[in-house]
Amino acid sequence: MARRGLDAEAKQGLTLIAPPFLYALLVLAAPVLTILSYSFLKDGYLEVIREFTWANYTQVFTDPIVRTVMLRSLFVSGLVTLVTVVLAFPVAYYVSFMVRPERKSMWLFLITIPFWTSYLIRVFLWKVILGYNGVINSSLTGLGIIDEPLTFILYNVNAMVLTLAHAYAPFAILPIFVALEKIDRSLLEAGRDLGESRLMTFWRVTLPLAMPGVIAATLIVFIPTIGDYVTPEVIGGGKIPMIANLIQVQMLALDNRPLGSALAVTAMLIVAAVSVVFLFVNRRFLKVRQ
Amino acid sequence: MRPGAFDGSGLRIYTILYLLFLYAPIALLPIFAFNSGTIIAFPLQGFTTGWFTQMWENATLRRALANSLTIAVSSAILATCLGIFAARASTRFEFPGKGGIMGLIMVPMVLPEIIVAMSLLVVLLGVGVNLSILTVIVGHTLICMPYGIAILSTAFSTLDKSLEEAAYDLGETKWGAFRLVTLPLVMPGIISSLLISFTISLDEFIIAFFLSGNEPTLPTYIFSQLRFPKQIPTIMALGTVLVALSIVLLAAGEYFRRRGIAKIGGKDTGGFL
Repeated sequence: MARRGLDAEAKQGLTLIAPPFLYALLVLAAPVLTILSYSFLKDGYLEVIREFTWANYTQVFTDPIVRTVMLRSLFVSGLVTLVTVVLAFPVAYYVSFMVRPERKSMWLFLITIPFWTSYLIRVFLWKVILGYNGVINSSLTGLGIIDEPLTFILYNVNAMVLTLAHAYAPFAILPIFVALEKIDRSLLEAGRDLGESRLMTFWRVTLPLAMPGVIAATLIVFIPTIGDYVTPEVIGGGKIPMIANLIQVQMLALDNRPLGSALAVTAMLIVAAVSVVFLFVNRRFLKVRQ
Repeated sequence: MRPGAFDGSGLRIYTILYLLFLYAPIALLPIFAFNSGTIIAFPLQGFTTGWFTQMWENATLRRALANSLTIAVSSAILATCLGIFAARASTRFEFPGKGGIMGLIMVPMVLPEIIVAMSLLVVLLGVGVNLSILTVIVGHTLICMPYGIAILSTAFSTLDKSLEEAAYDLGETKWGAFRLVTLPLVMPGIISSLLISFTISLDEFIIAFFLSGNEPTLPTYIFSQLRFPKQIPTIMALGTVLVALSIVLLAAGEYFRRRGIAKIGGKDTGGFL
């Protein structure tokens, strides 16, 4: 009887999950598998030759341009992640520990509003601020402080980091906030009662317990920034490509689908590898907690 | 440490500065949307609503708006319907392969969008499908679904199972119980899932850029205008309208979320995630 009950439940569950599962299979899994198989095929003129080869991956790992772009993407997204998470932590700490419970929602709401306003407009605004005829330059020339517009503030990696750090700032706050909220406040009191200073309590109790949130924030910022397409186009002026731009150029402009696919697969592997490393670190922190 | 040295006033100032940094660029939108000067610079020239008129009279922009609304409404409805199935299945039933299946469905949350866009594009071109707003809807439904599921799962998991059982005992069919008991209780979750999917789709650029063919959407239209300095004040006006719209939608979403929590009798823990 119990066995039949379980089967009926499993059947019902599977029937229910079937539509979204089939949709994800068709629209996500099938295309990703197609790209994976393309990455092992040869590129012919305007077509893909069905012949197995490692050449695309050899090119991905030896081509100096690809290497530069990959390293730049890692550097930019790594720096953006670091800046975003470090700047976000005190804000999350403040809202979780210093704000009265009934006002927390209001603070979170204020923090999340910019996160839902058009990403493209936020990126574009930085171009408006930093550009040749932008807010900073034209205001400074208008006031007579400088004679010629500053050209070093746009179209470089720093401007890209600033734009992305601003665009993804709220993403980092929420997971850290959630982790901080879960911390049992009596643990902190215990730390203080046992003679630790406030700083040491923070270092030895609060921070380790908040680590899962910090790691979630890191991943939430890192994954979309490494695949960002808009910022290098708009803020980098199209001359400082990142992985996404390189994939797009190979797939469409140069019509080399196998190489484009190999780049996409490599990008996915990098994202997966970084995620696994961070999840592993997270597991260690969770073990400490037990 | 002297008493009261750590009352958080330093942190409070930092947090306010941080919020200023978040909002400062956005604050430029209305300032320059109503400024009569053609270049974006201080000092301001004079007050005008001309950019809004110009924006409203722009035929391409109106077409882009119509396309974006069509895409956002369709994707929100599709993603939420699929999300209801997934959320119901994952919160109520145990079945083989649950972790893997749910993992696959939630993957778009952690996959760079460029990869979703490119792989879909390759397949669509390979199969010979013409790119149109329909293909964008397909892509947007995929990326909105996980966010919808995250919200709907919370709504479904806080649901008291005994309410449904009571409906069965009183002679309702499964569908009847779902329609009359479950659905009204999770309705606030459904509405916030619709609103959030709508907002995500309306703002989404990469998938729309690659899968829309020649049809403009709002973000791709904005992107195409960024090269022309003359168009910037109009874009500022458009941005102002979009930001205002997002705030209204978010406030509505937040309202329904809170009402939902109140209805089920839970405690507000704050946040969308």
